Amino acid sequence: MAKIAPVPEEAVLEDVRLKAPEVSLEQAAKLGGVAGIVAVFVSANGMVQAFAERDIISGILSMGYALLFLVPLIIAYLAAREPPVLEGFEAPQKGPRNVVAGLIVGAITGLFLVLFVLLASAVNLRRVFINISPQLLDLLTFGQGSGGLVLLAAGSLLMGAAGGLTQLLEAKWRRALWGAVAWTLLIGLLEVIVAQLFRGLGLNVLAPFFYAGTGGLTPVGAAIVFVIAFLYYWAVVPKVNQWQHAYAQMPAERQRSVRLSAVVAAVIVVAVTPQVLGPFVSEVLDLVGIFLLMGLGLNIVVGFAGLLDLGYVAFFAVGAYTTAILTSPASPRWSPEMSFWAALPFVILAAALAGIIVGTPVLRMRGDYLAIVTLGFGEIARLLLLSDWLRPVFGGAQGILKIPNLSIGPIVFRTPVDMFYPIVGFCLLAAYVSWKLKNSRIGRAWMAMREDEQVAEAMGVDIVEIKLKAFIVGAVIASFGGALFAVKIGSVFPHSFSLLVSITVLVLVIVGGLGSIPGVVVGTLALVGLPELLREFQEYRLLAYGVLLILMMLYRPEGLLPTKQWVRELHEEELMQDAWLKMEEDRRRAQAQAQTSQGDLPPAQPEEA
Amino acid sequence: MQRALPQEFSERINFAAGVIWILRVLVAVIVIWGATSTLAAGFYSPSQWRDLVIFGLAQGGVYALIALGYTMVYGILGFINFAHGEVFMSGMMIGYFVADYLNEVGMWNGNPVLAFLIVLVVSMFTSTSVAVLVERIAYRPLRESPRIVPLITSIGASFFIQYAFRGLFGAGVKSYPRMEALEGAVTVLGVRILKVHVLVIVAVFIMMALLYWFVERTRTGKAIRAVAEDKEIAALMGVDIDRAIVTTFAIGGMMAGAAGLLYALVFSQVFFFSGFLPGIKAFTAAVLGGIGNIVGAMLGGIVLGIVESVGPILILSGLGIPAPHQLKDVVAFTVLVLVLIFRPKGLLGERLAEERD
Amino acid sequence: MALLEVRSISKDFGGLRAIDHLDFHVEEGEIVSVIGPNGAGKTTLFNLITGIFQPDEGEIIFDGHNLVGLRPDEITRLGLARTFQTVRLFFNMTVLENVMVGLHGRTHAGILDTILSLPRQREEEEFIRQQAIDALSFFGTRLIGFRLNQPAFVLSYANRRRLEIARAMATGAKLLLLDEPTAGMNPRETLELTELIGRLRDEKGYTIVLIEHDMRVVKGVSDRVVVLDYGRKIAEGTYEEVAHNERVLEAYLGRKAVRSA
Repeated sequence: MAKIAPVPEEAVLEDVRLKAPEVSLEQAAKLGGVAGIVAVFVSANGMVQAFAERDIISGILSMGYALLFLVPLIIAYLAAREPPVLEGFEAPQKGPRNVVAGLIVGAITGLFLVLFVLLASAVNLRRVFINISPQLLDLLTFGQGSGGLVLLAAGSLLMGAAGGLTQLLEAKWRRALWGAVAWTLLIGLLEVIVAQLFRGLGLNVLAPFFYAGTGGLTPVGAAIVFVIAFLYYWAVVPKVNQWQHAYAQMPAERQRSVRLSAVVAAVIVVAVTPQVLGPFVSEVLDLVGIFLLMGLGLNIVVGFAGLLDLGYVAFFAVGAYTTAILTSPASPRWSPEMSFWAALPFVILAAALAGIIVGTPVLRMRGDYLAIVTLGFGEIARLLLLSDWLRPVFGGAQGILKIPNLSIGPIVFRTPVDMFYPIVGFCLLAAYVSWKLKNSRIGRAWMAMREDEQVAEAMGVDIVEIKLKAFIVGAVIASFGGALFAVKIGSVFPHSFSLLVSITVLVLVIVGGLGSIPGVVVGTLALVGLPELLREFQEYRLLAYGVLLILMMLYRPEGLLPTKQWVRELHEEELMQDAWLKMEEDRRRAQAQAQTSQGDLPPAQPEEA
Repeated sequence: MQRALPQEFSERINFAAGVIWILRVLVAVIVIWGATSTLAAGFYSPSQWRDLVIFGLAQGGVYALIALGYTMVYGILGFINFAHGEVFMSGMMIGYFVADYLNEVGMWNGNPVLAFLIVLVVSMFTSTSVAVLVERIAYRPLRESPRIVPLITSIGASFFIQYAFRGLFGAGVKSYPRMEALEGAVTVLGVRILKVHVLVIVAVFIMMALLYWFVERTRTGKAIRAVAEDKEIAALMGVDIDRAIVTTFAIGGMMAGAAGLLYALVFSQVFFFSGFLPGIKAFTAAVLGGIGNIVGAMLGGIVLGIVESVGPILILSGLGIPAPHQLKDVVAFTVLVLVLIFRPKGLLGERLAEERD
Repeated sequence: MALLEVRSISKDFGGLRAIDHLDFHVEEGEIVSVIGPNGAGKTTLFNLITGIFQPDEGEIIFDGHNLVGLRPDEITRLGLARTFQTVRLFFNMTVLENVMVGLHGRTHAGILDTILSLPRQREEEEFIRQQAIDALSFFGTRLIGFRLNQPAFVLSYANRRRLEIARAMATGAKLLLLDEPTAGMNPRETLELTELIGRLRDEKGYTIVLIEHDMRVVKGVSDRVVVLDYGRKIAEGTYEEVAHNERVLEAYLGRKAVRSA
């Protein structure tokens, strides 16, 4: 931890300000190269073609083109962004330079794409790159042959310019515009859900108006969605702060009634959701819920306690197999045919035991070793379940079938719609447990251990005990996920418990923001829900996860909806840099005054300390 | 204020140590019991055991080459480069396309030595590029971050590379063409060895010798060791840290690329997930030998290869476990876990997993 | 009997003897300063007492318990807490949370108590909070009020040092080991802290051992001064006695003069 040198506050003078750094065109050219590579990559690995099947706006925009052109659009937007305002510098001015930066990105992206098409049509690359097909080239040239190349380049240039132009807008308009674009794309993609929503709410007449039936919004529908979303961001979102303020001003009694009505509303929404959305979407929601449950559990282990567990799936498997063995009549060795609820205490017990078995050997191990050992445990668990050796107990590759449905008294949860409720129930339980533990003696000890294990120990925290507790709580929550998974599917197989599950859950936690509970919810909806709804996404899910992990660590290590903790930690450096700049500026100013010269000051170049 | 009694303390201290001791004894009993009953049953002839050992030696040599990448990066940056398995896979994959082409034009079997060298260069070059790119994009900006951050990025990089390769080159398993010159066996010192295994063992030996010479004798090698020892002091001594780190990744990549081709010649198959298991096993080898220690990685790889090849049959079949070959990977993972529990500094370890006692 | 008694401990680091047959004791209610040139083994001594390192030989008796072989958290729970030379707070936790962690060893609520929100757990949580605020209040208004819920890393350097002491106090210790508590402070803050260390003993009844380089602080608070050099005790006594001890002058000031040349 570097020390921030004290900076006298009175030293800030108004008259001397360093010139604001300008939008760097060199940087824009580099980013343009990145955009070009990304655009060529998504074409060559088959994403554009696979996504082209799905329309977002019927007859106008397919998801494939949306993906392709979002690349220059977004990167141009980023390249055209002014550098951040630093202490002691003038505020940067917006101007044509922003647009030029965007255009550079668009031009370079277009160039890369055109070269790619030319190369691919001249040489047969398909033997190696299986996805560079004639259809892809057709798509990229809009079916126009070589004339399409002009369109491709122009489109890319246009997107670059658009990305640059949006930087000129005021923040309020810019947010409204981007929000509207994002919602239009999302509503276009989520036809399944929205159309089902119309049906479920009895608004069936609206569906044909919005959706073309062949997939995607009608142009009119798209326009309506765009306008509504735009107005929402323009008019409603800025008010949220005021409302929060108003809420804070309310007397305690009214606050309570507001809270209560919010809870009632939430309960109604949750109760109605699966009924309205029907079995297909409910199926997806069930899976999201199970992943959410595991995300909440892993969040305790990784987010709170800072223990990177890559074998989390092992606990999920323990829950699923314990449930299967205890409840299924088809359990190979021993089938007590218990009810789900009677089996639950044993599931908890088994999971806690598994937590101890995995936890004990790694107690004294440092973080990265722990990651690999837990990964090893996860794989050992899967291989053992799969092996002939333990087949008499776990059924080998055939797994265990005929797991009875979940029931409470006379109510039997048969369909995905029914299962939604117990899954939400367990998720709420896990969220409550996380929240409660976080603000408790144990939670504080976990966080202290995450921050500095040695000091935590010197302050009286028994590291062994607290680590085991983190493993046990995490394991039990994951085992609930496994138990629900088993009864939902009605059978368990070893290959449901691969490393990819562990990685997926880890991605949820990291993208959601380590330690943040709402973040995990949003992360799960986006990262598990979306690929389940859209088959094309499924194929590229892990590719996206990999990219997300890298980008999150590089640019937003605190996650999308972070807890305050990580924001602080990871932006600390910036604070320090600001302090440094301020100091540096003070020094220069003192020098300048000493020399009583009024000439331009050389711009400060922050150096790596 | 309540205070616990001192007796309770000493009991608690002994708890963890006790568990470890029980585990130790248990492992020893299982290993000895399994091994003696297998040997007593005499299902396998001495020549079969010898074949298993030689196979393990070849396999272990490949692990050792990959393990060098893990251990060198760990030595210099102190984190596990989870994506190293994919560095290995990338060389193997691109090597396949070249080998396939050479096979088509008749050179693969027409001039096998040259073909082998061409593919070797290509796969080494590919792996090196991938390793250096990953370092540049995913690790360099995070050098000052807490250790868990680059570890997470490396997991991300690993999955990105796997699925990028899947998207670009397809999900199917690709079969390396057969090289006729490598079929059959030769007799060396009265022992019959498959030619492929001879090639692998010789190649691994040459690579390792070159690497050892490079690290110990050349200027760049010394710079790398200096940076691994203490970055700040090395920088003060005028060592270019970035260059030393990139060189480390590049060397790790070269070794992995060579390993890729050798592995492909033995198993003749490659697909996008091929890097995962060898990667984890090579990491195990690096830990087994003592992470950060180059000779340790070589030794660890060979020991692990032999344990994995001989172990399941020797120990598990003696315990009456059916189909022990299914549990080959379990044995490797168990070795990893056991090493980390009992001897985290590895066979030749210089560093402890954590200095706490 | 002495509250803390270190009997002939030694510690080697790879052949380098950091502590060499050191004897050392602290009476209840005393303030003892440990001084010595850099590398004399002062912090190593603290690390040995608090269980971060284990001595190669010798015993450490605190309040009737032998500390050798105990883990740091156990030692802390016996009533011995420390601060660190390089401030080591839980920087991403709030000021209040930092101190609340200090109470961990004195409280008992487990997972089930917490999840079920038993009255016992809620009372204990309130107790933890109260005790933490009490400890922080010792430093006047500096660390309470709006500061309570600020993350530790926004604190100034002097406040970080104070927070570290508050955290050590919250462990319910009898004996505080303060490792260079005034390092990095300006003269005014140093003076204030010197006074505060005295108050810690007089008002709160702590026994205090501190490592200090600033001789004004040592002179101001110590009942007794222990001088280490090369891991050995070379002198012991009141500040005046030690300050005029020839061996001390030679080892301490003499070398310092050589260094600065």
